[in-house]
Amino acid sequence: MADQRYWEDIQVGAAVPPLQKNATPRQLVMWAGASGDYYEIHYNQDFALKNMLPGIIIHGALKGSWLGQMLSDWVGDRGRIKKYGVSYRGMDVPGDNITGKGTVTKKYVDGKDHVVEAEIWLENGKGEKTTPGTAVVVFPSRSK
Amino acid sequence: MTQGSVITDEMRKAVGVESEPTVVLIEKEPIRRFAEAIGDPNPVYSDEEYAKKLGYRSVIAPPGFHPEYSFPIKRGRVSGPSFRPPFTRNLNGGNEYEFFQPIQAGDVLSITNRLGDIYERDGRMGKMLFTIREVVFRNQKGEMVLIMRHTGISY
Repeated sequence: MADQRYWEDIQVGAAVPPLQKNATPRQLVMWAGASGDYYEIHYNQDFALKNMLPGIIIHGALKGSWLGQMLSDWVGDRGRIKKYGVSYRGMDVPGDNITGKGTVTKKYVDGKDHVVEAEIWLENGKGEKTTPGTAVVVFPSRSK
Repeated sequence: MTQGSVITDEMRKAVGVESEPTVVLIEKEPIRRFAEAIGDPNPVYSDEEYAKKLGYRSVIAPPGFHPEYSFPIKRGRVSGPSFRPPFTRNLNGGNEYEFFQPIQAGDVLSITNRLGDIYERDGRMGKMLFTIREVVFRNQKGEMVLIMRHTGISY
């Protein structure tokens, strides 16, 4: 794991360290098995086309979990995610280069918690934000 | 022209009705499998000794882990009114996760869910029905672990 970051190191406007993904159809099948979401639009091309989709698409919840991975990597072992939410606005497809990104919007102390808020999103290979969201995370502080 | 509403009185009555709990034992292997499906190599999801050094009882689950899909000890039935959705095609509109403490292997979670809201919109592919489902996870001590809100879209 990367070195632990502290609340004092985080600046408003700074970028969340990005996360790169490129899902194969195989990964979507692994996700189907692991999550129990066997909806055919994620692995059956004919079924997806009949559902007015461009082809098989990546599970929304997998995309959400990628952003969870980005946040967990950022806050480190001693930080934690309080809350995050994402909207699946645009479809993402296997084979595309997808990047998780974020920007710090706020930082404050709430009781014992050293809190940071961020805008987060996934971008597709064309740089379009397909999956926007927000996150509230807690970092350890150097002051305690 | 907008077509008539697809939301029936039956659907409106289902809003806010809490399900019976589904009870799930959280095991190490499904957590490891889930982390692998995400492509997340963090050892806290797979290496029990590493997780214990961080103060956990066992491995913890990554964010987004969906234990309600696991094979439950007890499957809770939806109590109160239920309804058939008017469309057969579905999309995931969004997820929100609020974490109170990590899910750890060995936890026995009681999971209840309720329909928080239901509304419709005219979209590119015709009429679309939005349902907001709230899923609440409590552990064996009755402590709140996670609240998940899911936006489903039928079209």
